[in-house]
Amino acid sequence: MGEPRLIEISPVTRVEGHGKVTIHLNGNNEVDEARLHIVEFRGFERFIRGRLLWEVPVIVQRLCGICPVSHHLAAAKAMDVIIGVDELPPTAEKMRRLMHYGQVMQSHVLHFFHLAAPDLLFGFGAPAEQRNIFEVLKEQPELGRRAILMRKFGQDIIEATAGKKIHGTGAVPGGINRNLPIERRDAFLGVIDEMEEWADAALALARDYTLQHAMLVEGFASFPSNYMSLVRKTDGALDLYHGDLRAVTAAGMPIFDRLDYSRYHDVLVEDVRSWSYMKFPFIKDLGPASGWYRVGPLARMDTVDFIGTPKANAARNELMAVTKGAPNNSILVNHWARMIEVLHCIEMIRDLLHDPDLQGTELRATGERREEGVGVIEAPRGNLIHHYCVDERDQVTYCNLIVSTTHNNEGMNKAVKDVAVQHLSGQAQITEGMLNHVEVAIRAYDPCLSCATHALGQMPLQVELFDAAGGLLDRRSSAT
Amino acid sequence: MSGFTFTIDGTEIAAEDGQTIMEAADAAGVYIPRLCDHEGLRHQGGCRVCTVKAGGRSVAACTQPAAPGQTVESETPHITKLRRDLVEMLFHEGNHLCPICEASGNCELQAMAYRLNMTAPTKFPYLEPCRAVDASHPDIALDTNRCISCGRCIRASLDVDGKSVFGYVGRGIHRRVAVNGSDLAHTDAAITDHAVSADVCPVGCIIRKRTGFTTPIGEREFDHGLIGRKIEEKRRG
Repeated sequence: MGEPRLIEISPVTRVEGHGKVTIHLNGNNEVDEARLHIVEFRGFERFIRGRLLWEVPVIVQRLCGICPVSHHLAAAKAMDVIIGVDELPPTAEKMRRLMHYGQVMQSHVLHFFHLAAPDLLFGFGAPAEQRNIFEVLKEQPELGRRAILMRKFGQDIIEATAGKKIHGTGAVPGGINRNLPIERRDAFLGVIDEMEEWADAALALARDYTLQHAMLVEGFASFPSNYMSLVRKTDGALDLYHGDLRAVTAAGMPIFDRLDYSRYHDVLVEDVRSWSYMKFPFIKDLGPASGWYRVGPLARMDTVDFIGTPKANAARNELMAVTKGAPNNSILVNHWARMIEVLHCIEMIRDLLHDPDLQGTELRATGERREEGVGVIEAPRGNLIHHYCVDERDQVTYCNLIVSTTHNNEGMNKAVKDVAVQHLSGQAQITEGMLNHVEVAIRAYDPCLSCATHALGQMPLQVELFDAAGGLLDRRSSAT
Repeated sequence: MSGFTFTIDGTEIAAEDGQTIMEAADAAGVYIPRLCDHEGLRHQGGCRVCTVKAGGRSVAACTQPAAPGQTVESETPHITKLRRDLVEMLFHEGNHLCPICEASGNCELQAMAYRLNMTAPTKFPYLEPCRAVDASHPDIALDTNRCISCGRCIRASLDVDGKSVFGYVGRGIHRRVAVNGSDLAHTDAAITDHAVSADVCPVGCIIRKRTGFTTPIGEREFDHGLIGRKIEEKRRG
């Protein structure tokens, strides 16, 4: 029996933000523990306090450079509530939706082509120097070109609605600050057919990969969990911008449904652990052991009744047929679900571009001030909750953010351990390719670690002491 | 009133008795950078961004009277660097977080930095003030972390509004703008005051509540061009 060992994967690559994985091996080279650590701290929940309510959508979007629109809109929705606006003018809501669909589309494309494709095209254990977007471009130049131009289309939509491709100012409390000029609309309509054709092809690629690698997909960090997302208020359809909360079990049974999202605190609890800046939410009635749940594209496929656009709905039906309509628990199926949502976004963008309300001039509404507001949206990576209290002076006094990656925290940690046990336990020699399997499992969630780290408390600080030759002398950690 | 001429960087400028160098330059379409000076308010000569060399001496163009035959240097490399350093120090003194400030795009400090090609404030240590936002007034808020002590609100309140809502407190590096009450709600400030109108405060210190970010990016004042362009357009006709 040998010495226990600690393996670190640091940083985890091709994800947004910085994190590391630690894997503890016992003397028999078996995995004792495996954890995903989030090593950065953002703290927005604290320093937003004291700022003025109309600044919030602009400040909090700085959480992220990949999906700032999600934070921008979730915060704006919360501030709508606080300034007493329950219904936006049609132009405002449709401009915000357009912005959001552009955002979800470009983020999904970024993930699938730039971050995940190297694993899918070359294999999880392929040489590290091959697993990057440049090799994808060399291997499949047309695919790479489409990836770049699809992302550009989504970002151009964001720029037209928010003023900038990253960190714009479009949504303001009670509405929007611009409409869509006819010439911008026509430019988008000029390329929408090509975008749809490319989205079809990307969807086929993701679907075919999943079906052709069914054994791998079903066996790779595949475990049951609860799922949660917004669903459209009227009919339970997929709605990325607005709706009610629904959670289902791994068997598809409802846990809660049609829940006004302002009551999220009635059903969710956030657990804090000393070794991570990221919180661990769970469903209150089920408790921390079995109440954890997952969000994101696959969770949305699992929770909604249908998708309101025809092609994406047909694609979802095909995905759900794999599990005969029951929730799909295989995390790699997220890639397929993501591409279904890209197609859905393009269908929604097309419909919106033909809507004359986008050229309307009633941009904002006002109402009677309230002290508290919750805004929830389905961000690319899943459900996103923003909750604020604002005093009579218009200053924020409380902020709570539950970010998609936070919802998925327990699921990611379980996936890390599952893959570590499956691929590392009992191995005399651990290769880089084996370790990449762990990263592939994390990557399937498309986590945004920088978005998700706001828990204040004891720092998960680890101090390591090395001798002059680089040998580890001692390690002290506050983690428990 | 009799007229005379003088030169700025070799360009002949027509002036009248009693005009400052800046007034004559403005009328002739020659822009001299400034922050504390504002149309309709008395000159102060405080920020020194309008520093020029007249007869070999460094003077504030906003307060120095023009003189017949005077030779004024304004856009020399030395003076431009001096102005850039002054602006950079203002960035270091306050918390000027342009990406999240509602004045961005309308802010004269930001626009001056662009005009003077200030790329990033890196020369000096940040003072990082930590002053509480005064949001006590129903219509107006003050974030003095962004104040550059230009004094425009003080002069507007005193000379135009006939009030003294704003004034300086402290001395030296500790001097800053304060209100004449325990907070803004306990002053006679009103949203209709000239001192709190949109263009008197050159930065995002005086905030008119519930108007932030309602002007889209692309339609803000300095989205259309550099600060000073309106004066320079006079010259180009």
